[in-house]
Amino acid sequence: MITVQNINKSFGTYHVLKNVSTEFEKGKTNLIIGQSGSGKTVLMKCCIGLLDIDKGEINFDDRPFSALAEKRKKDIRKEMGVLFQGGALFDSLSVEQNVMFPLNMFTTMTPEEKLDRVNFCLKRVNLENVNQLFPSEISGGMMKRVAIARAISNSPSYLFCDEPNSGLDPKTAEVIDQLISEITEEYNITTVINTHDMNSVLQIGQKISFLYKGELWWEGNKNTILDTDNRELNEFVFSTELTRRLRK
Amino acid sequence: MLKLLGEYLILLSEIFKRPDKGPVFRRQLLVEFVGLGVDSIGIVAIISVFTGAIVALQTAYNIDSPLIPLTMVGFTTRQMMILEFSPTIISLILAGKVGSRIASEIGTMRVTEQIDALRVMGVNPANYLILPKITASMLFNPVLIIFSIVVGLWGGWIACLVSGLVTSADFIAGLRSWFEPFTVVYAMIKTLVFAFIIASVSGYLGYNVDGGSVEVGKASTRAVVVSSILIIFFDLILTQLLLV
Ligand SMILES: Nc1ncnc2c1ncn2[C@@H]1O[C@H](COP(=O)(O)OP(=O)(O)OP(=O)(O)O)[C@@H](O)[C@H]1O
Ligand SMILES: [Mg+2]
Repeated sequence: MITVQNINKSFGTYHVLKNVSTEFEKGKTNLIIGQSGSGKTVLMKCCIGLLDIDKGEINFDDRPFSALAEKRKKDIRKEMGVLFQGGALFDSLSVEQNVMFPLNMFTTMTPEEKLDRVNFCLKRVNLENVNQLFPSEISGGMMKRVAIARAISNSPSYLFCDEPNSGLDPKTAEVIDQLISEITEEYNITTVINTHDMNSVLQIGQKISFLYKGELWWEGNKNTILDTDNRELNEFVFSTELTRRLRK
Repeated sequence: MLKLLGEYLILLSEIFKRPDKGPVFRRQLLVEFVGLGVDSIGIVAIISVFTGAIVALQTAYNIDSPLIPLTMVGFTTRQMMILEFSPTIISLILAGKVGSRIASEIGTMRVTEQIDALRVMGVNPANYLILPKITASMLFNPVLIIFSIVVGLWGGWIACLVSGLVTSADFIAGLRSWFEPFTVVYAMIKTLVFAFIIASVSGYLGYNVDGGSVEVGKASTRAVVVSSILIIFFDLILTQLLLV
């Protein structure tokens, strides 16, 4: 479980996150939703420690994280897997080397053990025989899956995914969502997902936090989100023809 | 300006930390030897051989007094290559070739969040990305410069033979006269300083890219401009300190 307490983050005079407090639960897919610019990515980057917070506290299973110096953060980062918005695969490394990277950095496995683990993870995301290809040689959906494989290769306890299915066709998007939620359950991971895709929300939204202009506006799950009377949330949820039809 | 200098120094302090994993550093170093060093041999060879030839011919044409011996041609070519041409001009060319490459490579990694990904995976990105580049440049550029001197002198010799302006014996006698080993030391010191400037300044500019592909392009151009200006500037300072 990750607890976020009263965090604030500003860039210059621009106050992006305002007193956000929430909890991300273990073994569940925790979704952060909100309009573009509402602060989802900033919130996630604060959780990972890529951005320093101005005020507040972030704890990973009761271990303080946000207050640690960069060097000490490494101990908890060992247990994190992160899927960045664009995949962020290292383009000078092959698929295999990408997935192996966290193992090289964090473990003392032998080369054979590492290769086994890499192949296992690639298989888990339904990719085989792509080990020697480079990121520039595979499709966008495959890149996302390789990035997921890399994120889970060191068996993380915490998984962060920033818009895992943006830019993908609905079918592939669903496959990715399913994959993430399966992995979450299978390994009892605390998973945090940024999204503005209503399909994902209704499919895997076990816990949903709605950010509105940098404030935590509403919390619930995929069942409660459709019949709330929160005006800003309704505007967000029923902004498309598809979801409007759903209400009727 | 002061803020930039401060940022640059802070980044340097990040870069010069002991690498977390020795084998990883050595592998990166090897990659950079090829990318920054070996890949530059061709252009260095071509430019040096022609410049050596041109310097030799120009000197030969300009000597029209019978009082000046033709051995001066070999002597002048050698001095020119060692003192200025090889260390400075070749470094300027490397600033264009290697500097833009470093800045755009690291800048692209920044805008595609690869640098963030490195940090999350427990890596100090400045150290992991830039230290091997600085090390490889400082180890390999001296080799390139020595190579450039040798190839340049060879070009001068060929030019004299082909044009028939100076005999081989005269040229070689000139090459051997009044040789001061310190000139080579001076050339090597310049080379090392310039190599450090190229790799660290370009690395810094790439590392601090903010935005998208347009900014990466700008950073890569700035890397060439800024490192070239710094090279010329430090050329003046080092010459003043070491030779005058
Ligand atoms: N490094 C930064 N410097 C200054 N402002 C920033 C920075 N990063 C984000 N912001 C600002 O913070 C706000 C929230 O950005 P954020 O990236 O979190 O949005 P988001 O909710 O992830 O949107 P999207 O769905 O488009 O990804 C934006 O207005 C953005 O301009
Ligand atoms: Mg975002």
